[in-house]
Amino acid sequence: MKVESSERSLLQGLAKSDKKAIETIYKENYNLVQALVVNNSGTSEDAKDIFQEAMIVLYEKVQSGSFELNCQIKTFVYSVSRRLWLKRLMHQNRFSISDGHEDSVSIDEEMEEHEKRNAEFTMMEKAMNGLGEPCKSLLEAFYLQKKSMQEIAGSFGYTNSENAKNQKYKCLMRLKKLFFSQYKNESL
Amino acid sequence: MEDIKILEAVERYISGQMSPDERVHFEQLRKSNPEVDQMVVEHTYFLQQMNRFDDVKKFKSILNDTHIHLGEKGLIKAPRLKGKAKVIYLYNRYKRVSAIAASIAGITALTISALVWSLSPAKQFNRSDLENLSRDIRNVDKKVNQVQKQNQVLNQKIDGVKEQSPSEFDIPYTTGGTGFLVDAKGYLVTNAHVVSGAEHVAVQSGSGRDLHAKVVYVDMAKDIAILKITDKNYKPVSSIPYSIKRSSGDLAESIFTLGFPRNDIVYGDGYIAAKTGVDGDTLSCQITIAANKGNSGSPILNKNGEVIGILSKKENSVEGAVFALRSKYIIEAMNELQKDSSYKNIKVPTTSALKGKDRTQQVKTISDYVFMVKVD
Repeated sequence: MKVESSERSLLQGLAKSDKKAIETIYKENYNLVQALVVNNSGTSEDAKDIFQEAMIVLYEKVQSGSFELNCQIKTFVYSVSRRLWLKRLMHQNRFSISDGHEDSVSIDEEMEEHEKRNAEFTMMEKAMNGLGEPCKSLLEAFYLQKKSMQEIAGSFGYTNSENAKNQKYKCLMRLKKLFFSQYKNESL
Repeated sequence: MEDIKILEAVERYISGQMSPDERVHFEQLRKSNPEVDQMVVEHTYFLQQMNRFDDVKKFKSILNDTHIHLGEKGLIKAPRLKGKAKVIYLYNRYKRVSAIAASIAGITALTISALVWSLSPAKQFNRSDLENLSRDIRNVDKKVNQVQKQNQVLNQKIDGVKEQSPSEFDIPYTTGGTGFLVDAKGYLVTNAHVVSGAEHVAVQSGSGRDLHAKVVYVDMAKDIAILKITDKNYKPVSSIPYSIKRSSGDLAESIFTLGFPRNDIVYGDGYIAAKTGVDGDTLSCQITIAANKGNSGSPILNKNGEVIGILSKKENSVEGAVFALRSKYIIEAMNELQKDSSYKNIKVPTTSALKGKDRTQQVKTISDYVFMVKVD
């Protein structure tokens, strides 16, 4: 019971991006994943990528409000990492991982969800990068940093907030276009 | 302008900034107007995407920080660190290999000592014998080491000799000029007077390296010679960036040159001053360009990076009068050389990759193809 409650508080911490919780999970799981990757023809750099992606999968899961893992964090992270690494190996036409481990826990749902989100992330990243400045900063200031139009007008040098609003609207339309055009391509 | 207002309303609706009255009103609008409804749905989704993007981006940066932080503290086995962590990582990585290597070495050592033990004449065991034996082994070791060292020294000497032998460049080269590549396989054009009476010819590239060369064609009358780099250190270039023009230029056409009047490549520019050379000589043309001894054999190029001549003579009695051999004689000389079956692969460069580039770019490119010619 004690173990479970500490795991739960770790996951709750993770959901809030609490540094301490992240560090603890990282510390307790990284070496295992690195060993997995490095022993199966990967480098430590690959290991870092894979592990961090698995962390994101876990993060996405707890973000959606479910702290109920049907297994320990360790098992979850390892299984996800294993799956991710297997997928990457398959891309390079190598197929097997020898670690004497079978997929014991079901993570299909999570993997599917993650893939979808990962694709969305990439699309947004591309759209954002294609947007250029000052549009990017302007939208980030308004939508992500939640600054008011007044503040934005001040810091970007617009004469009044009405102008800033107009500019923001134009930028937003462009970003949406960039984003959704990829979406169409993706789903075709 | 209408759209911007609707969007603003949609945003306020999504973020819950509307007053209850307004909200009721807006919801009615949503119901009656499918376009607005669609906009709300789409925008909600889009904002969610943006927030998630930001969220994951932040999370990634926290992960990276954590990775570095834990790696520095040695709490995870993050390699590519300095010092100890790396050693530990390498140790872990190679411990199996080194264990195998060590056991093989151990077994070999044991076998050998067992052999020595069994084959050595049976003597009464005493301490001094044992000490002698170990000293002997040490001596043998030492001798082996010495032999190895001697071998190394010998090898080094041999290497040194090897390096020196193909280019016996202790030859003091005296006079010299300039030459430029006309074929990627290492054929250069220069003036005949530069290499006349030469026993050894070498060319020096921009990197300061001497390369052995030999004269393969000379026409004293036209004052043109073709050299071939024979040095095995020469790496053939992929292609020649400039072309050799058949016709010569017009009066006042602007030209430039690159040559070696001193130990460093020197750029000069000028113009075509007269269509003929000394005393109406039709082989060459008169140009106005700064030229000195050593510039002989330099290429004369026009603004498109086409070679229109070879800088060949300077008249001392007339200030600034320099003469260039027309480029068509380069082509003639190369065609002449082609008749010799061993040089039939030589090809006149016909396309200039320098057209339209600015002068600095052109000179930068060409300078790799212009060599100092040294003779002795």
